[in-house]
Amino acid sequence: MLDVSNLTKSFGDLTVLEGFDLTVKKGKFTTLVGASGCGKSTFFDVLTGVVPRDAGEIVWKGKEVPNLGKKAAYMQQKDLLLPWLSLIDNALLPARISKRDNGARGKALSLFSRLGIDGFEDYLPRQVSGGMRQRCALVRTLMFEHDLVLLDEPLSAVDAITRRSLQSLLVLFQSEFNKTILMITHDVEEALLLADEVLVLSAFPMNVCETFVLDSPKPRRGDNPAILKTKEHILQVLESEHVNGALSFEAGEGGLV
Amino acid sequence: MKWSTVISLTLVVAVLAVWEFACRFFAIPDFILPAPIQIVTVAVVQSPIFLPHAAVTALEIILGIVLSLLIALPLATIMFVRPSIGQALSPFLVVSQAIPVFALAPLLVIWLGYGIASKVLMAAIIIFFPITVSLLEGYKDCGAEYVMFFRLMGAGFWDTLRVLYWPWALPFFFAGLKVGVTVATIGAVIGEWVGAQMGLGYLMIQANARLKVDMVFAAILWLSIMGLSLWAFVGFLEKKFITWK
Repeated sequence: MLDVSNLTKSFGDLTVLEGFDLTVKKGKFTTLVGASGCGKSTFFDVLTGVVPRDAGEIVWKGKEVPNLGKKAAYMQQKDLLLPWLSLIDNALLPARISKRDNGARGKALSLFSRLGIDGFEDYLPRQVSGGMRQRCALVRTLMFEHDLVLLDEPLSAVDAITRRSLQSLLVLFQSEFNKTILMITHDVEEALLLADEVLVLSAFPMNVCETFVLDSPKPRRGDNPAILKTKEHILQVLESEHVNGALSFEAGEGGLV
Repeated sequence: MKWSTVISLTLVVAVLAVWEFACRFFAIPDFILPAPIQIVTVAVVQSPIFLPHAAVTALEIILGIVLSLLIALPLATIMFVRPSIGQALSPFLVVSQAIPVFALAPLLVIWLGYGIASKVLMAAIIIFFPITVSLLEGYKDCGAEYVMFFRLMGAGFWDTLRVLYWPWALPFFFAGLKVGVTVATIGAVIGEWVGAQMGLGYLMIQANARLKVDMVFAAILWLSIMGLSLWAFVGFLEKKFITWK
């Protein structure tokens, strides 16, 4: 569904991406795990066209495209709800912008109910908790009629209980709406609980250093021995990448830690 | 009642009390400095004289505000959307405020006559600057991540302006409008001083020539009440429109 090949991006002397390759299969939940500052968000910025790429190719459904800007739904760590719009109006924003109203309100109301924020539709974002705002942002993300959903650490700012419930909902909605999800996170356990495929990223220049295919059924439990073992292994890989990155930075090879 | 209101009222009462006491104790003549009670009495008793003049000044100010909005809203938007135009226009905006209104007033009266047109323009020249600058700053303040999010949603310029930039800049706009309406009286009154047939400024000049200082102060009181009313009205609109703060 999405093929990224040889993607390269530098900021002056700093090379963040160099020949980065990635394939995302249709209907799969793919997670990119890397240490903070390894270039994950830059990759998303290049992918969405916020930052122009220096070289490389993005192939979307068999066609080369400049970026995925208007082809993917996007959710960030920050909820990005407009403070002057009610929760329901925030959720309906993608439908409003794209001028389509084919049952959008009904769909949004149904999602509000399933996410446990029904009854708060007319509240302003400042009147509800951070977790509820993030749920509303999730509804808004699902209101995009795009097959691909890009998630940039969407759950890192919420409390543990909200995170767990949102993780379950992400898994549920992915299969129900047949979405293809590409998520970046630095939370290894989260990646292992949610993804069909976990790609472990190296330090600068960012690249995939290991891939784990997870075919165990979801929802998964964090105390599952196989998950714990894989988590430990990934953490070791990340730790060694972190040290290598630090050493290359100190040696003046243009890396960031 | 809020503490700030209590402090404001206490200060006002204290100043007026000292003023009243000083006038009586030192027997200051009315044509030098009338006492506050005398000023209020004149303002109330002579209200049939003040009202038609106040109505003209109020009309000039309101039309000045409307004209300044008609100039400031598109101007700030153009300056924001096309920064090169913004940079080109900035010196003119600064110059428009650097020239003393006293220097412009006689010219405007010559060009536009003794009617309200010259006063409306004077008021507009003073008001449009704080509104334009505030609105422009409001647009610029808009969070980059929100702008990026709108781009990713495929929002066009008008949608982004209407749904994102304008509401974002609204608190800034109201801040500028509050400053604008507060100084609006200056433009109108200066215009009336230079040449008019009606208005509180005209009344002040006439009263001053006859050493009716209590009348001058009463006109100032009327102007102050008008300014405060406008400020309160803008504050009311601000609360009505900005419900999310």
